[in-house]
Amino acid sequence: MKDDVELTREDRVANLKGMGCARKRVEDARFTQGKGNYIDDINLPGMLHGDFVRSPYAHAKVLSINTEAAMALDGVIAVLTAKDLEPLSLHWMPTLAGDKQMVLADGKVLFQGQEVAFVVATDRYIAADAVELVEVEYEDLPVITDPFEALKSDIVLREDLAGQTSGAHGPRKHHNHIFTWEVGDEEATNQVMDEAEVVAEETMYYHRTHPCPLETCGSVASMDKVNGKLTVYGTFQAPHVVRTVASLLSGIEEHNIRVISPDIGGGFGNKVGVYPGYVCSIVASIVTGVPVKWVEDRMENLMSTAFARDYWMKGRISATKDGKITGLHCHVTADHGAFDACADPTKFPAGFMSVCTGSYDIPVAYLGVDGVYTNKAPGGVSYRCSFRVTEAVYFIERMIEVLAIELNMDAAELRRINFIGKDQFPYQSALGWEYDSGDYHTAWDKALKAVDYEGLRREQSERVTAFKQGETRSLMGIGLAFFTEIVGAGPVKNCDILGMGMFDSCEIRIHPTGSAIARLGTISQGQGHATTFAQILASEIGIPADSITIEEGDTDTAPYGLGTYGSRSTPVAGAATAMAGRKIRAKAQMIAAYLLEVHDDDVEFDVDRFVVKGAPERFKTMAEVAYAAYNQAIPGIEPGLEAVSYYDPPNMTYPFGAYVCVMDIDVDTGVPTIRRFYALDDCGTRINPMVIEGQIHGGLTEALAVALGQEIAYDDMGNVKTGTLMDFFLPTAWEVPNYETDHTVTPSPHHPIGAKGVGESPHVGGVPCFSNAVMDAFRAFGLRHSNMPHDHWRIWQTAQDLGLHK
Amino acid sequence: MPEKLHIKLNVNGKSEEFLAEPRELLIHTLRERLRVTGPHIGCDSSHCGACTVTLNGKSVKSCTMFIGQANGAEITTIEGLGTPDALHVLQESFREHHGLQCGFCTPGMITRAAKLLEENPSPSEEEVRFGMAGNICRCTGYQNIVKSILAAASEMNAAKEAAE
Ligand code: FES
Ligand code: FES
Repeated sequence: MKDDVELTREDRVANLKGMGCARKRVEDARFTQGKGNYIDDINLPGMLHGDFVRSPYAHAKVLSINTEAAMALDGVIAVLTAKDLEPLSLHWMPTLAGDKQMVLADGKVLFQGQEVAFVVATDRYIAADAVELVEVEYEDLPVITDPFEALKSDIVLREDLAGQTSGAHGPRKHHNHIFTWEVGDEEATNQVMDEAEVVAEETMYYHRTHPCPLETCGSVASMDKVNGKLTVYGTFQAPHVVRTVASLLSGIEEHNIRVISPDIGGGFGNKVGVYPGYVCSIVASIVTGVPVKWVEDRMENLMSTAFARDYWMKGRISATKDGKITGLHCHVTADHGAFDACADPTKFPAGFMSVCTGSYDIPVAYLGVDGVYTNKAPGGVSYRCSFRVTEAVYFIERMIEVLAIELNMDAAELRRINFIGKDQFPYQSALGWEYDSGDYHTAWDKALKAVDYEGLRREQSERVTAFKQGETRSLMGIGLAFFTEIVGAGPVKNCDILGMGMFDSCEIRIHPTGSAIARLGTISQGQGHATTFAQILASEIGIPADSITIEEGDTDTAPYGLGTYGSRSTPVAGAATAMAGRKIRAKAQMIAAYLLEVHDDDVEFDVDRFVVKGAPERFKTMAEVAYAAYNQAIPGIEPGLEAVSYYDPPNMTYPFGAYVCVMDIDVDTGVPTIRRFYALDDCGTRINPMVIEGQIHGGLTEALAVALGQEIAYDDMGNVKTGTLMDFFLPTAWEVPNYETDHTVTPSPHHPIGAKGVGESPHVGGVPCFSNAVMDAFRAFGLRHSNMPHDHWRIWQTAQDLGLHK
Repeated sequence: MPEKLHIKLNVNGKSEEFLAEPRELLIHTLRERLRVTGPHIGCDSSHCGACTVTLNGKSVKSCTMFIGQANGAEITTIEGLGTPDALHVLQESFREHHGLQCGFCTPGMITRAAKLLEENPSPSEEEVRFGMAGNICRCTGYQNIVKSILAAASEMNAAKEAAE
């Protein structure tokens, strides 16, 4: 199949639509035409609907559950309670964090919205009616929603753990204490602080929030009793892990379980965890022998499945008089709610919080984290970030600002003089990470120049003067953030989830006519894997991306992988894709050499073909090689052209970026207006600039939400105050600005294609940037710190406290 | 059990007739009864717009309308806007300008945007942002959605001019 018209090399590269190309997405056709296949679109013959009876109390004894009236309702098939699950040992389940969680209330409830009974009926309306008919008698208990109070209280929240002085992560200091996790050298850090010329201290609360993807969580379980096969469809960010857990819990052999993640309507961390609804739909299907669907509504989603953050962070940072940082001390009180259902790699109970030294060369540091139980929903997950990196970056980017205030220094300059230098990479951080690559000064200078930073500061001080003279009621804030992320978990030696090493995988089959299918252990939730992974492969094997199908999410066909979260798809599965592609290329090269009747070493790969060295007119295209692989007997070479790669990354990747936000604040209403937002990202090698830009816009918007109003708030009784989209802030097109995006490219030295991952960077860097902008507006009036979320009321309150109202 | 209502609807040009409890929500009629699954459920409290359809010429959030209220209505969903061989300009434009990621909001977004451009064929960026504020997207940050809609508007206007 020689090309009819001789194409230039450039044309051949363009035809591939490989790496670096702003290729349009292949997923879009079905989504724009309403033909997506999301969990609630799955409708199996005879399918029943499950719905939960949930606790109205945050802490109560369950005295009795009467299901008679519910069972009597026409169309109700079953009502499951903990008693029904107990014989199967499924009334409790293990959490990803080494704790256990009630599937259905076992004698007591520990948070509002907790699952108490599971009703199964022939349609969702009957199920909802039956939920109302289940009579539960509660005896309410004192409620604790504050982690500091929890650590002092005599009230035992988790009676099931009574007497256990040690948990999954070491000793427990109190009956409501979960773990202490320490990194770094506290003694040395304290000594540096004692001797320092300047020490700045601050306590900040990173409020509880929720990833809130537009699609809620759900599952459809189908037990085929004839063949002994269980199929589970669900909103799973890690389908293979779900299969393994389902097998361990149910006793059904893993080969008899098939887990399928269909199209997922956004995840952002919400769909990493294992939830009681999944377990109940499976049990209900096993009990009834027909498929059972469970899909939570929005209120259930906000109240029960996952939360993020809820970290009380206390910091001390020391420096010389001229601003060189000498040490960092951080202590976190982490509110994990009723069960420790954190989704972190096993050895990291506070995720990668220890990347909190940020982008700065800090010689000595210490981090201590205490996990605590309260009467709030269990979690927490990483909301669009790699395991608590958002918390870490927020912490250090606030400490830098506070130190700048203490030193009376410009915060941009303070960052610059403390950045890790380009020649210091690979850089060993004081808290044990090896940063792979970076060029922070270049990125920072580019960002400051792009926004005319000095001009902005001049304008700001003019505004302050005008304000003081009564000429304006508006202040101007300049938000700065420089972040370093740590993504792509992770080396198997350090990172596992429930014992599964965090590698990832890709399997490729080349078809005889020169097209291909590749299957991966990850699962897209909107990131566009079907588009971008085909681009990686196109560049590696010379088959056009348009001729490559990418398939994910079916555990019967995809190789084992640990799923998509923590920006790990490109760093890990992307690497596996490149490596599997290289295996294909190696075999193809031998076939090409045979066809060209030369030695293997005498051919070389060039874009889409193998060329005889020194004789470019003699070549075989990849398509010709593929055909030969299936139709010709080649001595010493097996027929076919397939490869699989399991990739265990040698290190994580460290994307970074420089963000600037310019904000005007109406002092009298507390309304902030974002005038400008500039985002420079360095995610290493760029696979698809269009997709990258889309990820940045989305992540920044989620950051805006968290910084400026989004919160899961509780009252003292443990009632969720923000359980609907009326109270839980999701920005609309009206509140969101246009963003300016920019980039530098510092490839990862250890990744096969140098890519670092990007989906979460804008969230990680965006939150401190928006938040710093708000606080910077008030710096001239003496504000040091105020907690997020900076909604209109809190901003107004800040102005009020500073005496800025007439 | 309350008495069932005799319902007649026209959905995407097709007549439908059935008996339903008055409390049945229009979104469930569409998705479960008629298997028109383009419109999605994101909140069931009228906030997210994932369930947006056009009903008697108006954008309506079908999660907050009882089937009894929709009796006799003419309804268009994303499935009725274009066909695989003849896509609506907005369907092309969202793809061209990367106006979607997970796609969950997309049917509601495009259905609403189509109505918006009928009401106002040459909107400013501000008018698009305001006119789309009933539809939430968690993935895109809206920038490319706005771009997609503005591009579709110019394309539709250019096509109209050419035809005149
Ligand atoms: S589902 Fe109708 S507005 Fe959200
Ligand atoms: S594309 Fe995911 S919610 Fe809009």
